[in-house]
Amino acid sequence: MKNGFWIFLAVFVALGGSWCGFVLAPELQLGGAKQTTTLNSSDVYPVGRPGEANQGLSVYRANGCAACHTEQVRQTGIACVMTLTDAGKNPEAVTNLISSLKLTGLTKEEADAASDKISAAGGKTEIHIIATGPDIARGWGMRQSVADDFLHDNPVQLGSLRAGPDLSNIGARADANWQLLHLYAPQSVVKGSTMPPFRYLFEVRKIGREPSPNALKLPPEFAPPAGYEVVPKPEARELAAYLSSLRATVPLYDAPISP
Amino acid sequence: MTLNVMKTPDARAETPDPKIDASLRVPLLALFGGAAFWLVVSSVLAMIASIKFHAPDFPAHCPWLTYGRVQPAADDALLYGFCIPAGLGVALWLFAQLGRAPLRGAIVPVVAAKLWHLGVLVGLAGILSGNSTGFAWLEFPRAGSVILFFAYLLLALWAMMNFAARRERALYPSHWFLVAALFWFPWIYSTANLFLVAWPVRGVVQAVIGWWFAGNLLFVWLALVGIGTAFYFLPKFSGRPLQSYYLALFAFWTLILFGTWCGIPPGAPVPAWLPVLSSFAAVLTVVPVLAVAAIAWQTSRRSDAPSLECGCDAPVAAPAPAGRAAPMPADGLVRQDKATRASHLPYGDGASPPRGFIRFGLMSFVLSSLMLIAMACPRISQVTEFTWFGPAQTQLQLYGFFAMTMFGAIYLLPRVVGFELPFPKLARLQFWISMAGVVLFVLPLAIGGVEQGMKLNNPGLSFLDATRATLVFFRFSTTGLLLILSGNSLFALNIFAMTFVWEKSLVKKAFAVVTAPLERSSTSASLPSSPGFDGTRRRDKEVQA
Repeated sequence: MKNGFWIFLAVFVALGGSWCGFVLAPELQLGGAKQTTTLNSSDVYPVGRPGEANQGLSVYRANGCAACHTEQVRQTGIACVMTLTDAGKNPEAVTNLISSLKLTGLTKEEADAASDKISAAGGKTEIHIIATGPDIARGWGMRQSVADDFLHDNPVQLGSLRAGPDLSNIGARADANWQLLHLYAPQSVVKGSTMPPFRYLFEVRKIGREPSPNALKLPPEFAPPAGYEVVPKPEARELAAYLSSLRATVPLYDAPISP
Repeated sequence: MTLNVMKTPDARAETPDPKIDASLRVPLLALFGGAAFWLVVSSVLAMIASIKFHAPDFPAHCPWLTYGRVQPAADDALLYGFCIPAGLGVALWLFAQLGRAPLRGAIVPVVAAKLWHLGVLVGLAGILSGNSTGFAWLEFPRAGSVILFFAYLLLALWAMMNFAARRERALYPSHWFLVAALFWFPWIYSTANLFLVAWPVRGVVQAVIGWWFAGNLLFVWLALVGIGTAFYFLPKFSGRPLQSYYLALFAFWTLILFGTWCGIPPGAPVPAWLPVLSSFAAVLTVVPVLAVAAIAWQTSRRSDAPSLECGCDAPVAAPAPAGRAAPMPADGLVRQDKATRASHLPYGDGASPPRGFIRFGLMSFVLSSLMLIAMACPRISQVTEFTWFGPAQTQLQLYGFFAMTMFGAIYLLPRVVGFELPFPKLARLQFWISMAGVVLFVLPLAIGGVEQGMKLNNPGLSFLDATRATLVFFRFSTTGLLLILSGNSLFALNIFAMTFVWEKSLVKKAFAVVTAPLERSSTSASLPSSPGFDGTRRRDKEVQA
């Protein structure tokens, strides 16, 4: 079996190559990653989630939310938008010039060229970089998701299916109270929603001496019978806190935007 | 290279050796019996998950039955419960057949099989109770994974020892595929569990390792085992040698060189070199896929020459001692005459279940691999990523390709157990039901996925519009799942009935031993397999008496 050994070695190398490429190399490149600073400021990013939100990630994992929701926004490119900040000494000339120029959807070069023309006429402009793509147009995020966004998550819940909307920035779109209503009765806040209700995260109980301050204020068709109230269990509050903490809006070196 | 090569499986075998089959009896029943059980469990869970899309309120109060737990549980029950033990059982069987050596120490694989199925039970209970790890295809909590890992090591070591002790030294291409698969699983499974669950790495490295693991398990491991199995059976069905030996080795090397790098989606939020490299490898994976397609096509063409082996379909029905020597005149001559053929074949025409299953499996392999490769192209991925196209591809790979190939191989089990298939007509029925089920599940879901992707890429349409568009397709795929569930139940019925018949015969023999002590020696001699197992049963009987 002299050849057998060499064949085994060749198979070992062929299979192990992918291990080096997709396990070892990414770990060497990113395994020691630290917080980064946001673009044009000294703020560090990402800051860890508060404790309750971190607990909420484990509720998110336990209930397999990632089976239907992604946490990654894609962008197809960037575009520049130019705004006039100062019309200068000769506003009419600048206004005439502007009406002949394209101001949105520019590439960086076009924006710079137009900006030069306006400053030659005495006006001052600002160039804003915005991300483009269907996900951005849907309002799911201001920029694409990048590796930095997931630094503190364990497990990282990128998801692979959008049976429900992307959640990368759900914290910027809805508050914790909305989340609780949505978890208890999705149809009460999103008409026609196909999300299954998560009623087991809530307790329907008789109202005691006075109603709980945490009780959900549900629309009548979803409300419990009179004399009862719906109170979120700790898991529901944690999950809502986690969802509210999901926001990736700051500009980064890897994903430059100017908000 | 001075290696002995075998270009046709069993070419040098003069007569089938009943000892080989007998030695495999108990381990294979243990592996396949549990696999059949998990197969049914998986389709029941998948059915529950699917109903949620038509009635989201359906058990809303029960955390165990929430979609996010049931769906991964269904997937894992299919992969870990059915696919892997079925593949390992078939590998044990092929090693023994190709190596012409009976399995030694049959008790070890039996224990390992029981351990494996226990691991699946622990893992599924973990997912349903909310202890999933949160990584796709690796959801089983730590206790389940550890049991699975050691059960696998035990089974793989035993298979390798059996491989090393083979009497026929020549290697057949199936050997290459199966040995590589046996070796690869512990590597990827331990890597994923150590770096994701035990000592989790930071940030998106988790996602990268997760994709690498899932790609290697779902695409490479299943392909190695499924194609290795098909390469053994194709020449037997058609009576032609594998076309050709060297093309098969070429497919093997390109598969492990390129296929192992697939799996990182083009839009992933990771450093750009990772998805670029992965897409490049995926495009190169077209090579092994087309090679497999060419081999399958060339090998299964009907030859005019009489077949190498008389009565290639006979093993399905014939009891063990008769083996392949079923009453079948020069095979090539009867081929054209379906009526004559039907008279001595249990399944009527040439589309006997094993042959049909394996052919359908190979077609699904080519199609699902092409779908996988398409999804790795950035242009196509922009539409298909995050849609139902992905689950459709996975289902075609797991069920359409792998499970169907395994059904074909496992329906040859009667020879191993030494009984006829209890319900041969149901096996034939299962073929049609399962095939219709796969088509009805995968096709609408893939089309629905593309439509969903196009609607999602049009920001003018609301998200709910895109979701609602898929519900129509979902009705079809739920029907497909129902068919798959029925097919799986028929399969399990046949396997369970066969196990029952075999156990009954054991008890009968044991009873005969107890009631007629003078004949003991002669009766014992007629039970060649696993003396330990039979002995225990006999002793039980004596205690009862």
